[in-house]
Order: sequence, then structure tokens, then C-alpha cells
Amino acid sequence: MTRDNLSNVGAEMIRLVDIHKEFDGVTVLDRINLSIAKNEFVTLLGPSGCGKTTMLRIIGGFESATTGDVLFDGERINDIPAYQRKVNTVFQRYALFPHLNVFENIAFGLRIAKKDVKEIRDKVQSALELVEMLGFEKRTIQSLSGGQQQRVAIARAVVNEPKVLLLDEPLAALDLKLRKEMQLELKNMQKQLGITFVFVTHDQEEALTMSDTVVVMKEGIIQQIGSPINVYNEPTNIFVADFIGESIILEGRYLEHCMVEFAGQKFPCVDIDFAPMEQVDVVIRPEDVDIADDPAEGVLQAKVSSVVFKGVHYEMLAETDDGLEWMIHSTTMAPIGQVIGMSIKPDNIHLMKKETKGPEVTAS
Amino acid sequence: MRAILKKCYLWLIFIFLYAPILVLILFSFNVSRSRGNWGGLSLRWYGELFQDRAIMTALGNTVLIALVAAAVSAAVGTVAAVGIYRLKGWKKSFVMNITYLPILNPDIVIGISMMILFIAMSFPRGMASLIVSHITFGLPYGVISVLPKLAQLDPQIFDAALDLGATPREAYFKVILPQILPGVFTGFLLAFTMSVDDFVVSFFVTGNGVANLAISIYSMSRRGINPKINAVLTLLFIAVAAMMYLIQRRLRKSSREAV
Repeated sequence: MTRDNLSNVGAEMIRLVDIHKEFDGVTVLDRINLSIAKNEFVTLLGPSGCGKTTMLRIIGGFESATTGDVLFDGERINDIPAYQRKVNTVFQRYALFPHLNVFENIAFGLRIAKKDVKEIRDKVQSALELVEMLGFEKRTIQSLSGGQQQRVAIARAVVNEPKVLLLDEPLAALDLKLRKEMQLELKNMQKQLGITFVFVTHDQEEALTMSDTVVVMKEGIIQQIGSPINVYNEPTNIFVADFIGESIILEGRYLEHCMVEFAGQKFPCVDIDFAPMEQVDVVIRPEDVDIADDPAEGVLQAKVSSVVFKGVHYEMLAETDDGLEWMIHSTTMAPIGQVIGMSIKPDNIHLMKKETKGPEVTAS
Repeated sequence: MRAILKKCYLWLIFIFLYAPILVLILFSFNVSRSRGNWGGLSLRWYGELFQDRAIMTALGNTVLIALVAAAVSAAVGTVAAVGIYRLKGWKKSFVMNITYLPILNPDIVIGISMMILFIAMSFPRGMASLIVSHITFGLPYGVISVLPKLAQLDPQIFDAALDLGATPREAYFKVILPQILPGVFTGFLLAFTMSVDDFVVSFFVTGNGVANLAISIYSMSRRGINPKINAVLTLLFIAVAAMMYLIQRRLRKSSREAV
């Protein structure tokens, strides 16, 4: 669980120390240790029920940890209630106030803080400008589309100039195209505002697109912390490899320095942290399998069993003689039934310490 | 043929339900004192009604009791509803059931048990005991009108208010209350109607000659039916019908909003 070098990220903003959380005796967060820097875009990524939202709610002050500490700018804030924390949240289904119009929704926090009328007007104005919603001041919440409500929710949070913005699956309710646009906009907003974003999602693509740092979680435990490139290329275990992107996971054996055996063949590789004859899990991304029409050109031979056109690439399944099914992403197509040659470059073979039982082949 | 029969059936039910009230309303305009003879249209009894000090005092009492009882029922009921809403599991259903019970409890049971309680506590019987007892049976209506409004709320909205710096108290007053206000008002109207409508409970708990409309009509009728009673009952019926119409319209509106 190491983190790699991060650019434009400042000193520590939030630190979670040994957070443990139980609901009615059921552990939802276990031994959570996480440091989030100023100006960092951190994504908590994991399947539903992995504890990522609970973690966000602990930072926001809506839940308290059973044991462990939350530090904010170096100070312990366990006992500071939500309404006194310098964080703001964009909620999952926006949680806008339906009895107030757009202007009053955004002005809510400023009014509570008893800012004067002119300041409120100016700040709401610039928040609306940030989310490109100028002219919507008098509109009711019910008259807005999902995407517009989303923008109002973001404006309502950032208008208070929080040091940290928490976002709880804010894009989940939007359609695909709008979601992609908002991903880029949010990333730009974060740079423009110069504040820390803690973003919760179950969408691995979203996490990779936006984040400086991705925190992969499963069943209340952090699996890996790293940059998007780091968690994609060097997953620490089968779960991360499988959850982030698509992968082929094979049983293998480390033979000697930079040499591994799997699928009945020897492959040169670049990993060196293993002992000779150690059992390992081998991760190969479908786009890293090079295919050739001539079976003899490949290290492995397989028979194509399915081809699906995906736009940029073809997604193919090919079966080797020993019954292993390989998923291949390639821009060139081999027809069903053809026997192809497959090879993998040394730096595209990622080895992981063995953690589970029997042989397992995952092709999706 | 079937259709005609169906319609007749419906009209028979309506006649069965409303004939007594129609006769009452008709006779409230009867110029003659007699109950059997029709002497022609007149507003005589309405005129006399407004001259009758006993009835006017009773009307004043009724309105005062209903206003106070309904206001307290709505306010306390709202707070109780928020509390019940935040409960979970068996506690929630337990508290809900004991809240609903007084609605089903016969008036005679409420009336006599409250009378006994007031006597045992040496509670002054009269206006105060009337108001307290009317709050007792009005309160559940305050609760049941607000609960569905709370259930319709986005559960994250309270957190959102806290997140923006509102204290829990501010969050309730500035975010939750404005949204459940229609339910609070419906509760007020229901409790008000129940209070105006009540005779049995009032009859048992009152004292010191304090009477609401229902009690004074009852005592008047024991001295023989005065046509003024027809007039006052007609007005009471119209008032209650108007309130029910208001409540129904509000409920319809809110159920449309919920969709």
C-alpha cells in the first residue's frame, strides 16, 4: 500500500487514523488509515457496501467512528459536529431544498453564517457562474433537469468556500454522456477552486478519469492506494485487478529472475520481488495480448470463440487447448474458429503474491 | 336497465344518509314553531339564534376550545411525529400504535376516564378541563397528518442543512418545517373539526356551567325542541362540511404532489 509521487499536491489536509466503524455489531470499516493532502482529488472506489460512503460520512461528521481519529488540518475533529466542520458535501441525490428557489438554495449556507446581503448576492452569482447556471436564480428546484440540479448542488456546496468538498456518487443519476462531461468539469472546477475533493464512486472508469489518488476498497478494508496509473498497472491483489478495468487472471509460478511460467509456457517478465518456484497470480490486461494470424508467431495458440465489435476495438474470446479462455481487446479482428497466435510483452505481465485457493480464470 | 338500477341504488343510499339533515335544514327555515307543520320560509330562527346569549356564549366557547386544542394538537403532534419518524423497529410501531389508539377508543371511554382523572387530581373542571380533554383526542390527528409528510422527505435533506452550517434546531425550522407545514395545517383542521364536533367527552369533563355548543344544544333539547336548535345545527353542519371539504382538498393535493 504505497503511494507514488503526486504532483501539485500540498501538505496534509485530512488524516484518518485507525478508523473502525460498526453498525449493530457488524463491521463496516476496518483499520482505515488514509492521508489526504491539500488540493488533492481523492476517489474512494469500491462496490456498493464496501464502506466508502460511510467513510465519507465520517469525514463530513454525519457518522462517528466506533474507534479511531479523524484529523483535519492537524486537529482532531472527532467531536466537532457536522455543522461546524469546514467541509461541504454534494449529496447522492443532491438533497436540494424543494421549498427554496435556486438562489435561496445556494444562499442557504451564507444566510446561516449571517453574511450581509451584498456579499451573499456576489458569492451566489460567482457560484452560479462557476457551474454555468447564470439566469436560473428564480427557478424552482422541481423545474430543473437532473443535470441542472446537480450543478445547483455543487454551487450550494462550493459557495461556502470549504477547504474540502465531499462528493457522494454525485454523477450516478446522470446519463452516460452528461456524466462524462461532468467528470471533466468537476476536475477543472477542482483545479480552479484549489481545494481538496473527496469523491465516492463505484465506477472505476470515473475514478481513473478524475483522480490524483484512487483508494480501492472492499468489505470495509482499503485494498490499495495509488495513482490511477498505479492501481491500473500494478494492482496489489486479484480484487483490485478484477475491479479496475478488465483482466485475465491466471495461476503461475515464478521460475527464476524475470522468468515466469503460466498457461504451460515460460514468459520473460519484469517483476523481481519473488522467490524462485513461488506460486503467483498473473494479471494480463485484454488489450496487452498481441495476436497474430499465424499461430506459429505466438507463444500460445488459441481458437477464437466469439467476436464482438466495440467501436474502437474488437472484444474476442479465444480458447487454448488446455481449456483456458482468454479475453482479447484488439483493433484487428480474427474470425470465429480461426486459430491465432498470442504473445505478451514482458512489461505487460503483472505478477501478484498468491492469496487465494484453487485455479481461477477470470475473463471479465 | 342495470345502469338505472345502479343509479337508483346510489341515490337510495344518499337519501338514507342525508334525508335527516335535509329535513333539519328545511325546518330551520320554517316560520312556524311547530315541528310538523310547514308555515312558510323565514329566517326568523336565525335571527333569534343570534340574540340568544346562552347559544352565543356556547358558540364562543366552542370556537375558543377548538382553536386552542387544535393549535396545541398540531404543534405537539408535529414534534411527536418527528420523534416517531426517527425511531426504528419495534419501538416505532409500538409508539405509533399507542398514538392511534385514542382515535379508535370510544368517546364514552375517553370522556368518563378523563372525568375520573380530573376528579382524582382535583383538576378544575370547566374551560381548562375541556381544552385538555380536546387536546387528548386531537393530538393523534396532529401526529398522523405530519407523519406521511415526513416520510415523503428526502432523508438526506436534514444532513444537507447541517452540512451547510445549520444547527439541528435551525435545520428543523428552516428546512424540515417548511416542507411538512401542509401536514401540520391538515392536522390542525382535523383536530379543530373533531373538537367542534365533540359532545360526549365534553359532556363528562365539563363543570361550573361551562358549555360548548353541543352541550348547550343537548340541554336545550331536553326542554323540548326549539326551532333555534334547527338553525344552529344547520350552521354547525355547514361549518363542519366546509372544514371537511378543505381537508379533503388538501389531502388530494398532497397525494398528487407525492406522485
